[in-house]
Amino acid sequence: MTIRIVHFINQFFAGIGGEEKADHRPEVREGAVGPGIAFKEAFGEEAEIVATVVCGDSYFNENMAAAVDEVISMMENYRPDLVICGPAFNAGRYGIACGAVAETVVNRLGIPVVAGMYPENPGVDMYKKSAYIIETSKTAAGMRKAVTPMARLALKLARGEELGSPEEEGYIPRGIRKNQFAAERGSKRAVEMLLKKLEGEEYTTEYPMPVFDRVAPAAAIKDIKKAKIALVSSGGPVPKGNPDRIESSSATKFGKYSLQWLDDLNPGNSETAHGGYDPVYANEDLDRVLPVDVLREMEKAGEIGSLHEYWYATVGNGTSVANARRFATEIAKELNVAGVDAVILTST
Amino acid sequence: MRLEVGNILIKDIQFGERTEVKKGVLFINKDELAQVTGADDLIASVEVYLAKPGEEIRIIPVKDVIEPRIKVSGKGGVFPGLISKVDTVGEGRTHVLKGAAVVTTGKIVGFQEGLIDMTGPGAEYTPFSKTMNVVLKVDPVEGLHQHEHERVVRLAGLRAAEYLGRAGQSVEPDHIEVYETKPLPEQVKEYPDLPKVVYVYMLITQGLLHDSFFYGVDAKQIVPTFIYPTEVMDGAVVSGNCVSACDKNLTYIHQNNPVIQDLYERHGKDLNFIGCVITNENVTLADKERSSNMTAKLVEFLGADGVIITEEGFGNPDTDMVMLCYKIEEKGIKTVLITNEYAGRDGASQSLADSTEKGDAVVSTGNSNEIIKLPPMKTVIGYPEVADIIAGGSDGSLAEDGSITAEIQVIIGATNEMGYGLLTAKAR
Amino acid sequence: MVHVCTIVPISLTVGANRIVPAVAIPHPLGNPSLGRDDEKKLRRKLIEKALNALQTEVSGQTVFE
Repeated sequence: MTIRIVHFINQFFAGIGGEEKADHRPEVREGAVGPGIAFKEAFGEEAEIVATVVCGDSYFNENMAAAVDEVISMMENYRPDLVICGPAFNAGRYGIACGAVAETVVNRLGIPVVAGMYPENPGVDMYKKSAYIIETSKTAAGMRKAVTPMARLALKLARGEELGSPEEEGYIPRGIRKNQFAAERGSKRAVEMLLKKLEGEEYTTEYPMPVFDRVAPAAAIKDIKKAKIALVSSGGPVPKGNPDRIESSSATKFGKYSLQWLDDLNPGNSETAHGGYDPVYANEDLDRVLPVDVLREMEKAGEIGSLHEYWYATVGNGTSVANARRFATEIAKELNVAGVDAVILTST
Repeated sequence: MRLEVGNILIKDIQFGERTEVKKGVLFINKDELAQVTGADDLIASVEVYLAKPGEEIRIIPVKDVIEPRIKVSGKGGVFPGLISKVDTVGEGRTHVLKGAAVVTTGKIVGFQEGLIDMTGPGAEYTPFSKTMNVVLKVDPVEGLHQHEHERVVRLAGLRAAEYLGRAGQSVEPDHIEVYETKPLPEQVKEYPDLPKVVYVYMLITQGLLHDSFFYGVDAKQIVPTFIYPTEVMDGAVVSGNCVSACDKNLTYIHQNNPVIQDLYERHGKDLNFIGCVITNENVTLADKERSSNMTAKLVEFLGADGVIITEEGFGNPDTDMVMLCYKIEEKGIKTVLITNEYAGRDGASQSLADSTEKGDAVVSTGNSNEIIKLPPMKTVIGYPEVADIIAGGSDGSLAEDGSITAEIQVIIGATNEMGYGLLTAKAR
Repeated sequence: MVHVCTIVPISLTVGANRIVPAVAIPHPLGNPSLGRDDEKKLRRKLIEKALNALQTEVSGQTVFE
């Protein structure tokens, strides 16, 4: 069966016009248009470009949410097996449009996407995790060179074949960590790497050190005696019996538990679900992880406004940053709705 | 210090009348082994099983794996300070039943124990699907405190390994490896033109199922210290942890530390392996600062040009590793780190909890969060239901048909951070 | 938000803005080697420090020793 492909390009590559036509609204045309002709040749009999969706760069970037919806629904009508975006080379707005379409296609239609961009195109950093982006030259002079690996990768993905390394396939590494068995054991690779480093020879680290986001600090609390304070913890404090069965490592969920009627945590009412530290002390007295006793006393004495009636807990042991970010987003949303002013987050 | 390690190749294990090695077969007197293993008032029962490569056997929850070894000449006995006197070991001759291993299992102590599959996809991830395993299911008396439970089973495994090792005492080894590191001034003089390399050997030391022992002392109580590499070959370092099953440095792997072996491999050719510094990973910031400061100072004091640092565990120990890397690099000494990754099941998250730009040479031993499906096995030794609660498992990991779907974190030694295995992770 | 945690370097690396150093990983807000009353006093002190951090304007990452 022929693989059905929909191609996404901008107004310039569709031959509509340059900057003066950049507000062109999404439209769909049957078959291959512009660079699609070169793809058609590369695919031969195996795949067919059934439609091309065109959108102006300015229109897309100024109306991102609406434009994405329009583009995707046009694509959907053609029941594609795969989508190709660009190549966008070093055109920034075109790259972002390609990336946004690619990400949405993957999430909404659940089919693979191949895009093409110059590594410094801002679309690369924004969307490389979602789509395979083939590395291209800066300008459209490199069209031929871009089409060959894009078409080859597209066919492989559509057939569900195993991919080679980013270098072999020509795509920009997405930063997705994937296990594989190496030819030599880790200790031997370490010795080799050290010898190279000592000699001043070139070597490649197997894991570039991570970089984390930053957020602006929140404003200070004006009157703590009126503030509603919530407790959140990654130390795994849960009611006795771990009712949500939060995992001891690599948590996939968080729990929300009522503090009503609780003035003190003890082995009768609570425990830790965390598998990454010696649990004996936490299980003896969970206030050591989640300081309910002291905060209750402060609440009664009027030293704080109130203690929020729920605490939130997860296990921060081997839990991915992606999961942690998702928990935080959901917890923050609920705390906002509940009118919580400040959070004490405890970690083990 | 010079140690001859005589390897007696074990091709098969069988139960027999007496415990002995004959033509590469280890015969085991089952009752005697059970008796030696269970020689502790706190042990209620010991069962002995054999598990060989390729057999449809799953062992769960595994606590430790130990290699049967025995001192033939030189001071002291194996596992000094625990089951032998605290003599300094690492000299003379030691015999090894190469290919055999003691595996301890029994009721779960905490969340951290793991599993070994002798065949199937899981077998590819654990080094102990390739050894002839003498499996000891050791259960303690009722009402034992968790810390005691861990200790009792740990010592039972060591006794069993020594008992089996004794069968090799007067057997002629198939081959002998010689390892030698001399006192520092002599060692430096021996290869004056080669770069001097020190191995920084991190031990997890955080309490229940997170402890390591050095000559019997709980390593959270040590300050970093210098050792000859051969000391660990006689059991100077013993594992009391299952930090997570995948990144626990099993006692077997301490005995066969691959970094030490691979550094010796190049010793006198490309580098001058002048020794090891062992350090701990404690639970307070002050301890972490102190231990990393002292390690950096020791490494400098020894005159190292380069070091290999191996981590044990993940999460807060990433900070110990990052501090060591930063402080040692600050002294102008080159570092290479070995660590595993926790990049999430989809591999899309940051793999470490801490970071330093000085860490520009890292060996990755794989993403522990990757999911694996382990088919059911004909025989399960131990308690399969713990698959739902051990680190890397989750509610429903164990299916009704006996298959287990979990992270490779549950597999013993899967992402060992001494680099014992071939696994790595790459950016895709 | 104030982050009460033992391993301050991790908190700094991952980007918390208000950080209060805690006691030890297995018991950030306690110390089993103290008596019950002393341990609670210690916990109260840490909470007071955390509340103080919440009431302090900061322009970037700040550790409240």
